[in-house]
Amino acid sequence: MVTTFKRHSVLPGFNLALGFTLLYLCLIVLIPLSAAFIKTATLSWPQFWATVTTPRVVASYRLTFGASLAAALLNALFGLLVAWVLVRYRFPGKQIIDALVDLPFALPTAVAGIALTALYAGNGWIGRWFEPFGIKIAFTPLGVFVALTFIGLPFVVRTIQPVLEDVECELEEAAATLGASRLQTFARVILPTIFPALVTGFALAFARAVGEYGSVIFIAGNMPMISEITPLLIITKLEQYDYVGATALAVVMLVISFVLLLIINGLQWWSRRREDGL
Amino acid sequence: MACEHATMSTVTLPLDVGRSRLRATQEPTWVRRTLIGVALAFLTLFLFVPLISVFYEALRKGVGVYFASIVEPDALSAIKLTLISAAIAVPLNVLFGIAAAWAIAKFEFRGKNLLITLIDLPFSVSPVVSGLIYVLIFGLQGWLGPWLAEHDLKVIFAVPGIVMATIFVTFPFVARELIPLMQAQGSEEEEAAAVLGASGWQIFSRVTLPNIKWGLLYGAILCNARAMGEFGAVSVVSGHIRGSTNTMPLHVEILYNEYNFAAAFAVASLLALLALVTLVLKSVVGDRAATDKEQDTKP
Repeated sequence: MVTTFKRHSVLPGFNLALGFTLLYLCLIVLIPLSAAFIKTATLSWPQFWATVTTPRVVASYRLTFGASLAAALLNALFGLLVAWVLVRYRFPGKQIIDALVDLPFALPTAVAGIALTALYAGNGWIGRWFEPFGIKIAFTPLGVFVALTFIGLPFVVRTIQPVLEDVECELEEAAATLGASRLQTFARVILPTIFPALVTGFALAFARAVGEYGSVIFIAGNMPMISEITPLLIITKLEQYDYVGATALAVVMLVISFVLLLIINGLQWWSRRREDGL
Repeated sequence: MACEHATMSTVTLPLDVGRSRLRATQEPTWVRRTLIGVALAFLTLFLFVPLISVFYEALRKGVGVYFASIVEPDALSAIKLTLISAAIAVPLNVLFGIAAAWAIAKFEFRGKNLLITLIDLPFSVSPVVSGLIYVLIFGLQGWLGPWLAEHDLKVIFAVPGIVMATIFVTFPFVARELIPLMQAQGSEEEEAAAVLGASGWQIFSRVTLPNIKWGLLYGAILCNARAMGEFGAVSVVSGHIRGSTNTMPLHVEILYNEYNFAAAFAVASLLALLALVTLVLKSVVGDRAATDKEQDTKP
């Protein structure tokens, strides 16, 4: 080895701090996570494949990923708008609203779940306006979409906000003096600057939505093939003592979340580089 | 905001002085009002109305029912268990966060980026999967299951499992707050203390801790909110035994599934209050932490 593992420093405590960090990380995170992969390895590849591609499971993937994608897209659009309004404009109550944007982070998912269900049920404050048109929201896939929109809301706002605050005014002024309209300036100057942050926020909201459980199960109705999400199927299998089947599904979810994590890390790196370059 | 300020200090002539007094980097008033209106409508529909409805549903059957639902023995035992698991999980993750941030921010070593990614890992794992992996290790059919059964120890469907699942889901909160903060602050002050002969503990308690205290508190607040509110992971390992392995969110679920809506929302309203307190503390402490970071990054 040409380079040493650690550069010399006068500060003490490196071995203790790193040792404790690694021990704790292994005990709490890495060993338990590896248990899922080891358990699944007891299945042969065809067995594994058959377990994770039954029609009921595939229907759950379709709902989980479809609803997550739709919710993340809606959040990208409105998150950008909310971030814009909070950064650029002044209006009464702005600080309180800014703080409340984090509510979905702070509110336990079960509470969000029952509140949204009460609101969007046929006799609820919001649901009753849709009922006459024959639109049911609670206990249908639409309800899943509503719950996932709620829990993903802060991600886009919070990733765009700091970048939007740093957009340099000179660029916008230059665009204006060159004859660009406000809309052109937004589309050609501001949007390209905040675009990496927008995509990062979208990916974070999507990743969170894919794994979500607590807020969804109350409002989904949980009908097999129709409104059953993948995390719920894992629980169902566990309750039937089908540990191997539950773990196989968990491994699918884990692999997907690791891939999403890699993509998000790449996006954040892109975002930082774009910011530094400006 | 930044833009408004800059336009005022530099001399920018409005493009069309006669027709409007609009600055070149501002939108017309009607656009501004529409955007604010649409944003507020969206937030009202998806945030404020659900929040208000929790308190409305909780109090709908009257204050008597509300308090009766909260002081009922099963509810009290759920509150107690929630407090216990947070009281164990938060200090452990604070300790871990400090150790990880000290190693990562103050020293240069190989594999640091990988370590940071691994620390963030629990955030990207579905709560249900977080619970399941502990069942695979400590459950009756798990790796340690037979050994635990032999010694009459219970982890899954008991309090230790709930605490472990809570630690897992709140694992990154403090570390991910402290790592960037301590990296931004650098280690010159600590090095100066070390050269002057301060011991490791003295360096930490007198130099580092005062610099990071707000960031630390901020991370602990977020960690606590998640610890008390976690549902999915805890639900898998709890076994839902009333009065013994139910946390507050699980108690809400049971009451709700029994169509006891008033009681479910009463307990839920306590959790919603916790969320509101968290948001207030978060914005107060967050501002201080941000000031700390800015002051220290200035040369």
